Amino acid sequence: MTLRIKQDHVRFKDIVRGKIKQNLRKYIQKGELIGKKGKDVISIPVPSIDLPHFRFGEKQQGGVGQGDGDVGTPVSPGDGDQEGKGQAGQDAGDHALEVDVTLDELAAMLGEELQLPRIERRGKQRLVSEKTRYVGVSPTGPESLRHFKRTYKQALKRQLSMGTYNPKNPIIVPIREDRRYRTWRVDKRPESNAVIIYMMDVSGSMGDEQKEIVRIESFWLDTWLRHQYDGIESRYIIHDAMAKEVDRETFFHTRESGGTMISSAYKLCAQLIEASYPPSEWNIYPFHFSDGDNWSADDTRQCVSILKDQILPKCNLFCYGQVESPYGSGQFLKDLEEHFDGDERVALSEIKDKEGIYQSIRDFLGRGK
Amino acid sequence: MSLLPPHLRDVHEEMKAHAKGFGLDFFETIFEVLTYDEINMVAAYGGFPSRYPHWKFGMEYERLSKSYSYGLSRIYEMVINNDPCYAYLLESNEDVDQKMVMAHVFAHCDFFKNNFCFQHTNRKMMDEMANHATRIRKYHDRYGIETVEAFIDRVLSIDNLIDIHSPYIVRKRPKLDEDTPSLAGPQVKELPTDKEYMRNFINPREYMDAQRAKLEAERKKPKRFPEHPERDVMLFLMEHAPLERWQRDVIDMLREEAYYFAPQGMTKIMNEGWATYWHAKIMAEKACKPEELIDFADHHSAVVSLSGQSLNPYKMGLELYRNIEERWDKGRFGKEYDECDDIAERRRWDKQLGLGRQKIFEVRKHYSDVTFIDEFLTLDFVRENKLFSFGYNKKRARFEITSREFKEVKDKLLTQLTNFGQPVIAVLDANHDNRGELLLRHRHDGVDLDPEYTKATLQNLQAIWNRPVHVLTKTENKGVMYGFDGKDFLERSAEYQ
Repeated sequence: MTLRIKQDHVRFKDIVRGKIKQNLRKYIQKGELIGKKGKDVISIPVPSIDLPHFRFGEKQQGGVGQGDGDVGTPVSPGDGDQEGKGQAGQDAGDHALEVDVTLDELAAMLGEELQLPRIERRGKQRLVSEKTRYVGVSPTGPESLRHFKRTYKQALKRQLSMGTYNPKNPIIVPIREDRRYRTWRVDKRPESNAVIIYMMDVSGSMGDEQKEIVRIESFWLDTWLRHQYDGIESRYIIHDAMAKEVDRETFFHTRESGGTMISSAYKLCAQLIEASYPPSEWNIYPFHFSDGDNWSADDTRQCVSILKDQILPKCNLFCYGQVESPYGSGQFLKDLEEHFDGDERVALSEIKDKEGIYQSIRDFLGRGK
Repeated sequence: MSLLPPHLRDVHEEMKAHAKGFGLDFFETIFEVLTYDEINMVAAYGGFPSRYPHWKFGMEYERLSKSYSYGLSRIYEMVINNDPCYAYLLESNEDVDQKMVMAHVFAHCDFFKNNFCFQHTNRKMMDEMANHATRIRKYHDRYGIETVEAFIDRVLSIDNLIDIHSPYIVRKRPKLDEDTPSLAGPQVKELPTDKEYMRNFINPREYMDAQRAKLEAERKKPKRFPEHPERDVMLFLMEHAPLERWQRDVIDMLREEAYYFAPQGMTKIMNEGWATYWHAKIMAEKACKPEELIDFADHHSAVVSLSGQSLNPYKMGLELYRNIEERWDKGRFGKEYDECDDIAERRRWDKQLGLGRQKIFEVRKHYSDVTFIDEFLTLDFVRENKLFSFGYNKKRARFEITSREFKEVKDKLLTQLTNFGQPVIAVLDANHDNRGELLLRHRHDGVDLDPEYTKATLQNLQAIWNRPVHVLTKTENKGVMYGFDGKDFLERSAEYQ
């Protein structure tokens, strides 16, 4: 029996989905989604749709509670949500509702909201994997693939039709012609692997807020690219005057001091690609975040040349995001603009604050490369 | 008539006999056993399986089924105030639960039938709700689901703007008779005397003149519409807003539902306390078999347990009834007891009156939560139950216990319960500024309105009224007027009157 309420339920879900879509901007900004990532399902705390009423400001109102504690002890609100026994009509509706959305669905919503194009894969023809599948049965083949059941069935049929089958003494002897063998087919599949190489400036000028921005943005980039590719790898590089490869945890939590030499990161990135990711098999996405304050013009020149000669020819898209720090925004973005203006393979974006993440994702992924 | 499986039918009869034996007086009660999915649905619909279609019920259903499947909460039972009374039991309840729940239900029914707050509720609400559903479906077909639902959303946004006292007010329209003196407006009346020579002393001329002048001034004051502030904002809009017929009908239906549910909000503590008192009593004294005792005790204690430090209406009500019963059994009330200052003697106080049972039946008939707390919350009770009031500490940005003083706790509790916890808002002027704008006034009792919600609500109100709407209130002790004109929000300081 289907319940009558399903209709209302579906309608509500539609609204919520619409709600997620419209408010996605908000979620991106607040980063409410991260940290709640379970295996593949993350829950987004969606406030249930709260029809507005005239009501009291919560903070001024206070209330009455029950339990121990002196004056001045903080109050633990508890869930306070007793089962509504026949009183549902007057329930306050402040419940945060968790709607389960898989990462895939989330990415799809992101794509729809930001109007991101599907990514055009590189080297479709070249990246091919072969897979063997057993699809049928044939009268010839190697003995190792003999299909016993089908062989005996065949023998039984033959003996029945020849009249040599005796139900009282059911002995079946297959002969050569009865034998059946499994056959296979080779499926050729275009395979697309992708690697994302995150690079971040962790010099003294990158504060916690800047890192938070990078963290949120990289979550969304990750989500979208994972939605587009089957197998995806992530590598993390941090740099100040020196660059090193780290794990994800360290990437987001390291704080160094000292100068900034961006070329060090690009060198390491180029080495990484060289060593592990031949461009014929991999779609490569380097992302670099910095506040744009490079050590010297000299170093910047070096960066440009590494990019031009070693990185760009191999990757799908190189993205540079410049995060505004309390010390202002550096020169590096302009330098890159100067050198790579109009280059399809380079995406540049300036991220002023959390609000800017939305636009920046569009800058990076809006080209569908 | 019974929809119960045979073994529950016997339990039903048994519990009914027990409840009757204790003097509970209820409508005929029809029990139905539902699966968890069905009971979630019914609960989402506020107890009425045939409610009008709207996404908010889907939302409630989602929440209930989520919290059921995560094992956070489940609904044992639901009771509907109707004649006959409908009650739903959860299929997976154990038999001892069903017993307890039935006792609980009979007490709720008794409360619905006898408490004064429910006297004006529609006892055929089951049918009425189904009618509403049919009408709204019809409007869906005729005007489109989007249009109708959007309008319902707006009306639901103001469904707390009703006058909870209005069902008790008998209004009679004055007969339009030319000779009726009242048509000429109020007159200054002299105090009567049969001694002519005393007349000028009893009614001094200066005083009479002053009164006449006052009345005259009153008469000359520009008339407002409505003449007196109208608290039933829903009714006012229904009668005076420029609406389509179906829209009026929608307001009418939702208003009726709001009035139907309001008494339940006004008697939450009393109603749940009453039901808990009786299920405990009936189970403990009559119905519980020895082998069921542990399960019963376990489930009963879950009902009255405290979650965090929030107030549990089941426990609060139960304790208050028990407290009243004890006080009236032992004669701990009245002048003599109140004036006794000797704590030892107060503890020993027992006049063996045995009036407790009678008293609590009286209380369940004549009180609502506000008067219940006002009259029966005692200093001893607040201390024994460790009640406290809490408030927001701006400096530390958290809620803290502010007091354990009896007066403050009681004040806070009463404020919370007044007007079932909703702000009191009335239509002050429907032709504000002589431009057909709607002016509402919030009766400020010490707590400000939430500005964000106020704005959002004004937006919905404006869509119904079609002209700019305003609400006059106070924020941080200064008069303020919030408004919405269809495009922009207005917020300016204003004289709060």
